[in-house]
Amino acid sequence: MAITPPTQRNWWKEPIAKVELIWIVIAFTWGLFMFFMMIYWHGAGEQNLSNEAYRIRPEQFAEKTQAMIDAHTVRQENGFPVVHPPAGSDVYLTGRLFNWWPILELEKDQSYRLHLSSVDVQHGFSLQPVNINLQVHPGYDMVITVKPDRAGEYGIVCNEFCGVGHHLMVGKLYVVE
Amino acid sequence: MSTNTEFRTCPTTGLKVDLAAEKLIKVNAVAAVVFLAIGGLFGLLVALTRWPEVHLLPADWFYLALTAHGIDVLLVWIIFFEMAVLYFASAVLLGSRLAAPRWAWAGFGLMLVGAIITNIVVLQGGSSVMFTSYVPLKAEPGFYLGIILFAVGALIGCFVFFGTLVVARKERTYQGSIPLVTFGALTAAIIAVFTIASGAIILIPTLLWSIGLVSHIDPLLYKTIWWAMGHSSQQINVAAHVSIWYAIAAITFGAKPLSEKVSRTAFLMYILFLQLASAHHLLAEPGFSSEWKIFNTSYAMYLAVLGSMVHGMTVPGSIEAAQRARGLNKGMFEWLRKAPWSNPAFAGMFMSLVFFGFIGGISGVVMGTEQINLIMHNTLYVPGHFHGTVVAGTTLAFMAITYYLIPLIFRRELMMMKLARIQPYIFGIGVAGISVFMMGAGTLGVSRRHWDMQFADAVLPFDYPSAAFLMMGLNGMFAVLAALGGVIFIVVVVGSVFFGRKLGKDEKPSYPEVPPQAAVVAQHGSAESLKIPGTTMLVAIFFLAFVLYYFVNWKYLSEVWPLS
Repeated sequence: MAITPPTQRNWWKEPIAKVELIWIVIAFTWGLFMFFMMIYWHGAGEQNLSNEAYRIRPEQFAEKTQAMIDAHTVRQENGFPVVHPPAGSDVYLTGRLFNWWPILELEKDQSYRLHLSSVDVQHGFSLQPVNINLQVHPGYDMVITVKPDRAGEYGIVCNEFCGVGHHLMVGKLYVVE
Repeated sequence: MSTNTEFRTCPTTGLKVDLAAEKLIKVNAVAAVVFLAIGGLFGLLVALTRWPEVHLLPADWFYLALTAHGIDVLLVWIIFFEMAVLYFASAVLLGSRLAAPRWAWAGFGLMLVGAIITNIVVLQGGSSVMFTSYVPLKAEPGFYLGIILFAVGALIGCFVFFGTLVVARKERTYQGSIPLVTFGALTAAIIAVFTIASGAIILIPTLLWSIGLVSHIDPLLYKTIWWAMGHSSQQINVAAHVSIWYAIAAITFGAKPLSEKVSRTAFLMYILFLQLASAHHLLAEPGFSSEWKIFNTSYAMYLAVLGSMVHGMTVPGSIEAAQRARGLNKGMFEWLRKAPWSNPAFAGMFMSLVFFGFIGGISGVVMGTEQINLIMHNTLYVPGHFHGTVVAGTTLAFMAITYYLIPLIFRRELMMMKLARIQPYIFGIGVAGISVFMMGAGTLGVSRRHWDMQFADAVLPFDYPSAAFLMMGLNGMFAVLAALGGVIFIVVVVGSVFFGRKLGKDEKPSYPEVPPQAAVVAQHGSAESLKIPGTTMLVAIFFLAFVLYYFVNWKYLSEVWPLS
């Protein structure tokens, strides 16, 4: 029994039942498959994180965001600047207690280098309803190349607990034709 | 010196029980159940708040309750119970005296003081930073101090366990190798040492930072090391509850492991590879390379997952073999149909096995896939997954073995047997529902740790799809069911421990019935003749579900915006 010492003292020499052996081989092979699937997707798939990131001081990131806002704001909405940066450019989104700053307006099927960082605590970038979820750290500038493929109005929920106003932290992003 | 130790012989199992170990098992189990009750209550409050139509607590209380829920059940209930398991698997199963019972008491005291300190600090309201306490969110110093004291106490418990193994070997209290269950507990204890060391490395500087002696803690470094504790501690649970599956199979059926070699190697896989799992929490994080992520998130090519998949066959397989040896040979599933489904220990154990594999296991591997993680990270899918592993898996298994501990260790007849019989089903189905509906809501994007999915007070509006609201309503209803199962468990256990009929010195309790022919069953294990068609079918169904679900999620991922 499992609660008593093994009945055969040399249990490591006992043969393994065939059915167990077959399952071990199948399970091991499946593990290998899943492992190589991740590598395969880096070549064949379109959804991969670049892992490009830089250390940055929060005030530096805020300055870069502000420079983009100053250059490309097209209108205001509920006190948020709506920014329409040129296609292919570097765009900045700052997470801060308790909003995503500013509202970005991107063009469909164009690539952008999206920079994400926080100026205070950790936040969670949760783009809905596309369902892209990324962790946003203060002190790190995370760069992802995004290519929105559907026009529309998107919400950015904060999905990392950031304080008592966490549930008020909603941002917006437009994708236009 | 073994001369001062008092033993009794268990009339049901014939095991020699050190009375000092018995007392320590009792106090740790009682403390565990108390914190399960407290943490469970907080959990119910959380679920009722997330039920959009109920939305019970105000925001600040919600975040407080969620912090307390995580600490009390994920940490305190489980680790206290694991201490009881460690003392049981060493002293009792080996028929040995417990090494250094005074140290074990000191460890227990530290754990209790630590748990109380952290609970008080959380209830004071200034430390609603969630269980994970990600810097730079800052809690009161007492929050970290309590957890550190608790961890030091647990570390002492682990060393008392190791010491007992040494004592038993030296005093030759058993022949040959340690039992498989003790081997599994050893796995848990080794992982626990790694876990607690990681916790100390990150929480001690964080405590100093919270006092003001350290100026800055890097959030990414914090997360990496914190999860070397946080995720590894879940692997302690896995090793412990798999050991309990084997133990319940042995006590209930006299089941013998199909192969000691295979089962032990599977445990060894846990020791070697589970520690890499910190990476599961860093897949959507800046600053790690994909090579690092892929290697670590897959536990080096899924070798630890392989361990669990092996246990997933060998545990039900050993039950099937034992039942067939007893003549339940008809068809594929007579052995399972005629299993003692009204025995709460067996019912809880078997549901724990099924839910852990199908709900917790599959979702964990899928979510831990480097790219797929980005459609799940920090959504409700995450708590959906770990309620499948830690609650439907670990907690249900711990509840199941408690039904045996009461007559065998507490020496009381189990009371309210009728309630006890239905308890595993109510709790198990409730928790399975919680897991599945949270995962459903997560797939629809709903955020975890979030007070208001309607964003009523937010400046910019946003609406989740209406299906997400349905999911959260169902989640709330199943949470109520699970809470009912929890209340029944606590009523039965506390009632039996304090008011159950005391068993006489050599009196056999009426429950559990241990099969008399255990010794005969132990002989069946000639490997060539082993036939477990029912288990093979169950494993095939599991594998098919796994493969299908895996590819469905790649499909979901492929529909997301191109990212690079």
